[in-house]
Amino acid sequence: MNRRPPLAAVVLASIATAFFALPLVGLLWRAPWSQAGHYLTDDTTLTALRLSLWSSAWAAALSTLFGVPLAWLLARVAFRGRTLVRALCTLGMVLPPVVGGVALFFALGRRGLVGQWLDRWFDVQLPFTTAGVVIAQTFVAMPFLVVSVESGLRQLDVRFEDAAVTLGASQWYTFRRVTLPAIRPALTAGVALAWARALGEFGATITFAGNFPGTTQTLPLAVYIARESSPEQSIVLALLLVAISFIVLMSLRDRWLTAGGTPSRPVRQ
Amino acid sequence: MVFAASSLSESFAELGAAFERSHPGVEVQFSFAGSGDLVAQIIDGAPADVFAAADTDDMTTLTDAGGADGPPRIAARNTFSIIVERGNPRNIDSLADLARSDILVVLCADSVPCGRGAAAVLERAGVSVAPKSFEDKVKGVVLKVVSGEADAGIVYTTDVLAAADRADGVEIPAEFNQSNEYPIVATIDARNSGGARQFIDFVSSDEGQQILTTYGFLQP
Repeated sequence: MNRRPPLAAVVLASIATAFFALPLVGLLWRAPWSQAGHYLTDDTTLTALRLSLWSSAWAAALSTLFGVPLAWLLARVAFRGRTLVRALCTLGMVLPPVVGGVALFFALGRRGLVGQWLDRWFDVQLPFTTAGVVIAQTFVAMPFLVVSVESGLRQLDVRFEDAAVTLGASQWYTFRRVTLPAIRPALTAGVALAWARALGEFGATITFAGNFPGTTQTLPLAVYIARESSPEQSIVLALLLVAISFIVLMSLRDRWLTAGGTPSRPVRQ
Repeated sequence: MVFAASSLSESFAELGAAFERSHPGVEVQFSFAGSGDLVAQIIDGAPADVFAAADTDDMTTLTDAGGADGPPRIAARNTFSIIVERGNPRNIDSLADLARSDILVVLCADSVPCGRGAAAVLERAGVSVAPKSFEDKVKGVVLKVVSGEADAGIVYTTDVLAAADRADGVEIPAEFNQSNEYPIVATIDARNSGGARQFIDFVSSDEGQQILTTYGFLQP
């Protein structure tokens, strides 16, 4: 049902929209449209694009793999120190990215707390590698997924899960057929946010992983470096980043953002 | 508001303090970053009164864009050095050592003067290096070497001096080395153009030059 929105809400919302649209319009206005094609097919651009998509996809996948169980534990199990664990895991969300990068450096760098053992025993170095990029991105992105999914789980009526278990479903089955569909909007939003955050990650990446084309120079880093020598290229790169993010977010259809609701099929015995 | 190349961090901070002492009532604020980054910001309208770059290329970008108020003056000169971990555990003695496969090297990106200079030095020496990262400012290279993340890098001689007890330096022979000139200029949109000119005069004065020399800079 479509109620008439109150004027105050419309005004404030319009200001908010304009606030978000303005920088984008600014970019579009300054873009070198005649040379856009040349910059878009440039080696630097394509390499950075490939690396960004690859690393952010990995970061989103890892965030989901580890984030969902974490969110589930935080929401469903009342263990000692839960508040502390939750704060710890979402720290990456409020920490300035560069600080996160520096911290990763001291933990996983060649002389780092854990990093020195990785280097000495396994000859594994994480800085200056694509794996390092994925780690930096996952560190900042996973908290978004955890927060979103935990929130969704808390809003879900546990009685549905309890009912399923009472009727003989295994925990895993219950999770797959009852919980997951019900938290679909929270999970979708969480994955999308984590992915977008990973794609746009800059501070932690440049501090921890470094900047090398093809290995660690993601699109945001390329924008930053290009800005100094070729402002036109940096604008085109920036618009590319915006366009990709826009496309993904636009494809988050409305219906995915509404709950899967109560399961329509009876649980099998 | 002084926008200065990151290699000027320590020397200009002291210059600023000395300037404030001899010009009471004036406060000097600094923004240190890669020269290329700074010039991009100024052209985009950042509120700098003075701009000091680590080479003439980035200054030319500003003057070409009409952002400089008059011709730039050369404030100092700097040469390049190899920076290595304290104690030089990898026994790096020359530029040729940087090409060794067991050495992890980082350089500045060629969007900043330090990177362009390092590339020229390496070319002159005929050494081909595969760095692991291109840092956006010279202090980034210093940090990577000081923290042990990288074995070596090419930075300014003044940076090696500034990192005195945390890193060692290896000299680059004069026939390969190059000296960068550091131009300084007042910006055309300076809000405090009088103050800007006074600061630039101070940098060129005996006292200013004295301070720069103690940090390892060469006379212009």
